[in-house]
Amino acid sequence: MISPAVAPTTLREADFYVHEFGSIDFFGSTVHITTTHICTIIVVVVLMALTLFLRHSFFKAERAGKMTTASTLVEMGVDMLTRFVEDSMGKKGAKKYINYIGVLFLYIFFCNTSGILGLRPPTADYGTTLCLALITWVMIMYADIRYNKWNMVKDLFQPFPLFFPMNVISIFSTPLSMSLRLFGNILGGTVLMALYYGMLPWFAKLGVPAALHTYFDIFSGAIQTYVFCMLTVTFVANKRGDAEM
Amino acid sequence: MGNFNGNDLVHAFSALGAGIAVCSGIGTGIGQGNAAGLGAQAVGRNPGAKGNIMSTMLLGQAVAETTGLYGLVVSLLLMFVKPFDS
Repeated sequence: MISPAVAPTTLREADFYVHEFGSIDFFGSTVHITTTHICTIIVVVVLMALTLFLRHSFFKAERAGKMTTASTLVEMGVDMLTRFVEDSMGKKGAKKYINYIGVLFLYIFFCNTSGILGLRPPTADYGTTLCLALITWVMIMYADIRYNKWNMVKDLFQPFPLFFPMNVISIFSTPLSMSLRLFGNILGGTVLMALYYGMLPWFAKLGVPAALHTYFDIFSGAIQTYVFCMLTVTFVANKRGDAEM
Repeated sequence: MGNFNGNDLVHAFSALGAGIAVCSGIGTGIGQGNAAGLGAQAVGRNPGAKGNIMSTMLLGQAVAETTGLYGLVVSLLLMFVKPFDS
């Protein structure tokens, strides 16, 4: 966190830093309320309102027996999500993970594309992406221990016993690379947009930023969401092996 | 010319290092462009499978981009977090 006082003066207009809005004294240590907290709260509130509205109009259409736009959208969304998870995990395995993957997909997608509405994307803060990647990592280790039990240790020596250090490192590199991939893509987009808005004259900000927002926020955000969810599902399905497919 | 302190030296070399760090994008550009060319070739040979080919290609490219991003993260760290300041 860098407060405006220590930001370099030439970049004072191009501001992509995380600012602090106050601090709370919490059992002896201070917790700082930052831009990321506020943007996360906004994204979560919007997401909850959207899903409650879609749920209400879906059940209303079900009861009346007709098809409306909202009910069709909900059915299409659930269908695509089911096919996405079942492709890698099989029918039985998909039932356990489909709720979490759906929530993960929506949350990361709305976080990444909130840049188009003027918020600083919460995923442009390493804390958010590290937590998401660590949740995935705990899921992978749990699936590994539960379905492979002692084979997990044997797999560490798998092609040759000399591969042991590399296999250990690759256990730790999974959450690191997943979090850095999402963080780097979204932060790169944020920095570029902030520099564009901060340093160009007023007439360059009139129609052209639409193309930049479309690429950096919507396209790149959607692809990174898809890749994050796809990697989560793929790694967990690998560790599950052929158990109960 | 003689009155600069050690902190200026750290800033100067951080800026230099930040510039060199982003050169990791060369490998990323070559690799991803290669993959895109092979993807286009595959669509040419089998136009019906275009959706599947594009999904696979996008997934592969997003994973391959990670190493280029490591360079970007290091350069942003050097420029804005300035870990070597005294």
